[in-house]
Amino acid sequence: MDRTPVIVGIGLSDYPKAPDLDSVQHHALAMQRALADSGVAKSEIDGYVNASSGGMMIDDPVTMAEYLRIDHRYIDGTMTGGSSFEFHAQHAAAAIREGLCDTVLVTYGSDQLSRMGRMLGTGGFQRPSRHIGGPIRYEAPYGNSLVGAYAMAARRHMHEFGTTSEQLAEIAVGVREYATLNPKAIYRDPITVRDVLESRMIADPLHKLDCCAITDGGGAFIMTTAERARDLPQPPAYFLGGAGGQTHWNISQMPDFTTTAGAKAGPEALSRAGLTPDDVDMVMFYDSFTITVLMLLEGMGFCKRGEGGPFVAEGHLKRGGKLPLNTDGGGLSSCHPGMRGIFLIIEAVRQLRGQAGEAQVPNCDVALAAGSGGWLSAIGVTVLGREHP
Amino acid sequence: MVGNAEVVRGEEWLRPLPAKDAVSAPYWEACARGELLIQHCPSCGNRQFYPRAVCTACGGDPEWETTSGRGTVHTFTIIRQNYAKPFRELLPYVVAMIELDEGPMMMGNVTGIDADHVRIGMSVEVYMVEAEEGLAVPFWRPATA
Repeated sequence: MDRTPVIVGIGLSDYPKAPDLDSVQHHALAMQRALADSGVAKSEIDGYVNASSGGMMIDDPVTMAEYLRIDHRYIDGTMTGGSSFEFHAQHAAAAIREGLCDTVLVTYGSDQLSRMGRMLGTGGFQRPSRHIGGPIRYEAPYGNSLVGAYAMAARRHMHEFGTTSEQLAEIAVGVREYATLNPKAIYRDPITVRDVLESRMIADPLHKLDCCAITDGGGAFIMTTAERARDLPQPPAYFLGGAGGQTHWNISQMPDFTTTAGAKAGPEALSRAGLTPDDVDMVMFYDSFTITVLMLLEGMGFCKRGEGGPFVAEGHLKRGGKLPLNTDGGGLSSCHPGMRGIFLIIEAVRQLRGQAGEAQVPNCDVALAAGSGGWLSAIGVTVLGREHP
Repeated sequence: MVGNAEVVRGEEWLRPLPAKDAVSAPYWEACARGELLIQHCPSCGNRQFYPRAVCTACGGDPEWETTSGRGTVHTFTIIRQNYAKPFRELLPYVVAMIELDEGPMMMGNVTGIDADHVRIGMSVEVYMVEAEEGLAVPFWRPATA
């Protein structure tokens, strides 16, 4: 039996604004759409994974397994922030190969925009608190923001390598161009480098347009064996390789502000796939902020460390470039409900199937998704391909 | 200046208040005396911050070490938007990673200088602000010669 892992179904819930859906409904709707897309019967699902493992979540893995009534033989609730779903793909693939289960459903859902509004990245979600425990107590008194954490990495990258705000802005401009092709993207008007640089400074050197959107949304994918995939309607997206790692969690513990765990995980994932960066036709990088993309780009080995700025300025990541980035419009311009990693995989699959419409990358045989969770903390990499490995 | 950093007392503490527990109590209490502590490992020599029950390098038992209270700005940002109290009244302000002369890095605010004049590599020195009895929090300002 051919147990090579394959993604056979993908589904998105409603985005960018879905005021009538709570997070549980996002999970459920995404599952329905992934099942319909895949041709898999719900009763076939014998593995379930989600990333809502924070305390007291209404959509944590065991609660959702009950709500969706998944009779699982395999369950995983790995929560590494936005990169969780790249870790999930890696774990699900291993579980399928090992025979722990045959068909895994991964779901995600968030009503972040409707529930909390747009202040999340800059303190609107913090509540004044007495006696904070844990490592965050060594940061909380100083009023850092989520944006500020990434800004410190950007500042250091500029200091060490001469990276410029213009180069970072090119990332936002390129992703926005793809968003203009996505009718559902939250921001669809084309922007220029100047627009980015003239947008309000949130935390130097990151401007408003260096920062991702805040939206609602959900997604699901279904992974099964190549054996089962033969009888299913969609073109297969084979799991070729995955890897992950973590250098820290809280930003003040980041050992080196200009590199991430992706510098090991990227090459490892490609090596497991038997590929090199030159074999990759398009990338889905976690674009919480423009600097996140730059550091993932360098870590994956598409350019040397410190050379991300010039690489971006040459236009390689844009539509028509040699390494198109975030063809769905990314978190910067389309959809970022809090943990975007599942959308990286879903869009990569859409590209490999040739179903991306105007945003289709020609001859897309290999796609690489790299998620970043926390504060450039936990990096997960998934390499998918159109051909059986 | 080992152990003699200025301790600012008597200001109302409106910021998030760190919890003192078995592992961290000596650290916070030292801050209240004007001493900035890190940990070092007698087995392997590793130095670390924040305080932990184990050495992050070898898993051994770390011991306290008093620092010089001096360091340099490794990287920083100027926070210009923060909706949370009390920070929204303090904008703009500098959040920085301070590389201590002894090696480890820690987060802090750099004060006593216009935010736009802060630079990577600038020398800074610690001062403490008492948050409650027996617990002070380190802050940073440009180093005196």
